[in-house]
Amino acid sequence: MTAPKTGLLRSPLFWPLAALVLLIVANTVATSGKFLTLRIQDDHIYGPLVDILRNGSSLLLVALGMTLVIATRGIDLSVGAVVAIAGAVALTRIASSPNPGSVSTVLSAIGVALGLCLLLGVWNGFLVSVVGIQPIIATLILMTAGRGIAMLITGGFITTVTSAPFRILGSGYWLGVPVSALIATLVFAVVAVATRRTALGMLVESVGINPEASRMAGVRSRSIIWTVYIACGLFAGLAGLIIASNTMAADANNAGLFIELDAILAVVIGGTSLAGGKFSLTGTLVGVLVIQTLSATVTFVGIPPTVTPLFKAVVVIAVCLLQSPKAQARLAARRQATVPIVSEVTA
Amino acid sequence: MTDEPVVKLRGISIEFPGVKALQDVDFRLFPGEVHALMGENGAGKSTLIKALTGVYSVDAGTIEVDGQQVTFSGPAQAQAHGVSTVYQEVNLCDNLSVAENVMLGHEPRRGGRIDWRAARREARTYLARLNLDIDPASSLSAHSLAVRQLVAISRAMVVDAKVLILDEPTSSLDAQEVEQLFGVIRGLRDSGVAILFVSHFIDQVFTISDRMTVLRNGRLVGEYMTADLTRLDLVSKMIGGSLRVLESLEEAPKRSVAERADATPYLRAIGLSRRGGVEPFDLDLYEGEVVGLAGLLGSGRTELARLLAGADHADGGDLDVAGAKVRLRSPAAAMAKNITYSSEDRKAEGLVGDLTVRENIVLAVQAERGWMRRLPEKRADEIVDRYIQVLDIRPPNPNLPVKNLSGGNQQKVLLARWLATAPRLLILDEPTRGIDVGAKAEIQRLVAELARDGMSVLFISAELEEVLRLSHRIVVMRDRRKVAEIVNDGDVTTDDVVALIASGGQGR
Repeated sequence: MTAPKTGLLRSPLFWPLAALVLLIVANTVATSGKFLTLRIQDDHIYGPLVDILRNGSSLLLVALGMTLVIATRGIDLSVGAVVAIAGAVALTRIASSPNPGSVSTVLSAIGVALGLCLLLGVWNGFLVSVVGIQPIIATLILMTAGRGIAMLITGGFITTVTSAPFRILGSGYWLGVPVSALIATLVFAVVAVATRRTALGMLVESVGINPEASRMAGVRSRSIIWTVYIACGLFAGLAGLIIASNTMAADANNAGLFIELDAILAVVIGGTSLAGGKFSLTGTLVGVLVIQTLSATVTFVGIPPTVTPLFKAVVVIAVCLLQSPKAQARLAARRQATVPIVSEVTA
Repeated sequence: MTDEPVVKLRGISIEFPGVKALQDVDFRLFPGEVHALMGENGAGKSTLIKALTGVYSVDAGTIEVDGQQVTFSGPAQAQAHGVSTVYQEVNLCDNLSVAENVMLGHEPRRGGRIDWRAARREARTYLARLNLDIDPASSLSAHSLAVRQLVAISRAMVVDAKVLILDEPTSSLDAQEVEQLFGVIRGLRDSGVAILFVSHFIDQVFTISDRMTVLRNGRLVGEYMTADLTRLDLVSKMIGGSLRVLESLEEAPKRSVAERADATPYLRAIGLSRRGGVEPFDLDLYEGEVVGLAGLLGSGRTELARLLAGADHADGGDLDVAGAKVRLRSPAAAMAKNITYSSEDRKAEGLVGDLTVRENIVLAVQAERGWMRRLPEKRADEIVDRYIQVLDIRPPNPNLPVKNLSGGNQQKVLLARWLATAPRLLILDEPTRGIDVGAKAEIQRLVAELARDGMSVLFISAELEEVLRLSHRIVVMRDRRKVAEIVNDGDVTTDDVVALIASGGQGR
């Protein structure tokens, strides 16, 4: 972060964080404190906040991939379809196996599903970085075709299975914490390290800010762009497995429906510009939490389902407006210089 | 000339994050004068103009127009007060007609619809005021750059401008077109318009201006009558006390034609070509030697360089680097052969604006290593600190976004990026364009030094003096063809090179 630290207000994360805190406070007040309760039952932590983490993990996975793609000036509309395909492949394999409850069956199903999603990411990346199709069109292909593929895999039915090991992904606990939240945290950490401890982050930003200048500087933008679409496909697949495990059903039509829009929204709320360039993984995390808390609010505060989409829209507009440069300029009382210019020629 | 200034700025200060762009600057502009605003890159000329036209709001100070204090919140308001601007890049719509361009935003209306006939008629009267006799219905793209520049000025006059600001209006005009433009400017001046003229061309400034204001590092140096100043006075005021820079510019770096009796060239192009780019050419580049590439804009200079740098693919001929045949499919491939290319288009093909100075400097080194092997923090610090010091990059803060630096300093950041890769062949395409005198001298000195230390440099510049001063050999281009190659033995003059360009290699 190179932003001058002239106050909390100027941090790009201030408003999303404020919205998050406000939502939590509103929920706490509306439920007279019940929102914040955590109880431990059978060594598992339960409570509304834990639910938000658990339900938000799939969105976080998708949004992480989306952040990297958006940073390269791209977009991946196919993630929802990839979610559906991942669930369809894994559950169909488990359902057709003679022994759906065995760990090896589940592991091989997961492996095949993730492998396929990786290939879908390769396909998207190929269309964008090698063929040169605009990202929105290139990924629209798979967005449309993907649900058809998932439908073919499930044969048009909603495949349901009973498999204890597979259930763990979405509903299991480890050391008292939901497994899905652990997976999302782990992936978050891996992406954070992979982007900031290697040069991937800087090169992704460089390609996103000025692709031609990056090429002239010898940056292999093709492989960088390809890499982020592959990662995006892989993470969407992982999210698909968690979603399928939650319901233990593969619904080709509705699994991950509109998750691409929520993911894009989370990225934008987190302060990463759709124009590409500078990105913030922490911002995306906050964005995901805002969206997920918003969904929870609807349930907790008891907002009628008919006005839910409107309510969501109002909150999102408020956050985006407050983040806009113009609002920021008005809020910032006074600009402060951080570095004095050197005033004499010293040649 | 009346006694009351039409524009009066007092104590103007503007700050950007990390940069004090203007500090306590006074400025006045009288009706019926041509006033030149002078200063090096980063002196604050553009910022002052943008303060006057309402693009930037001022942090301190007052703006008076016609004796009334005003605060403009945008260019539209400034125009309403009669302050009109023609910017450096001509802001016209090529695909519209001349009349549409001139009247844009001021179209006469009848019954809620635009009255095109009246628009063309009005446009014609505005064009006539500039002695411009062209058909208002013709497409703008059908006209030369100079005519478009004049159309841009007529558009600025539509609002009954009392103050006309011309930011680098001559940068893409030839000598005759400049004369035509100056005729128009004089006409406007005599009719009482106050004209603010910004240009890098010192001769033009002395030709056209009556008075000048000099800025340096965001501060006012002074206001002078043009007649009272010599060129040397002006330049020394612009670059400040350190006349040393100026002197070193006069004394050319000593050329020593490379000893290369039995040396093999680092790069050898044989019949290299690209359809629509450059005709087949042969070229040898030796280490320790500067080769200048001379020719007019569009002569194929840049296209030739791009072939050597892997930016474009050659579709004919052979290229040997360090004695081995190569095909360069990308700039990355060229860099692997220790060839780096600094593009003439700093903004589009050089800088990564939102990244910091530090990130911009290490970008090429990092790209060579691949994303897996991050440049260790300490090495990066060493590289960045070293080049900020050697090239005197100002302000010396590696964590500023590079877009906040002035043009000259941005160019130095790019040079640092290429030098950090330790190239054996460095191709510099217009490295001194649009940068100030001091930075220019430093870059020239650096080029001479690099060659002395054994680097091979291909130096492209529109300024023949610069090419002559630095090069051991000069390659002359015309119409996308290499027309001549001469050894710069000390007797060559710019006139010789001009003659070569003019004759297409038949002369001398």
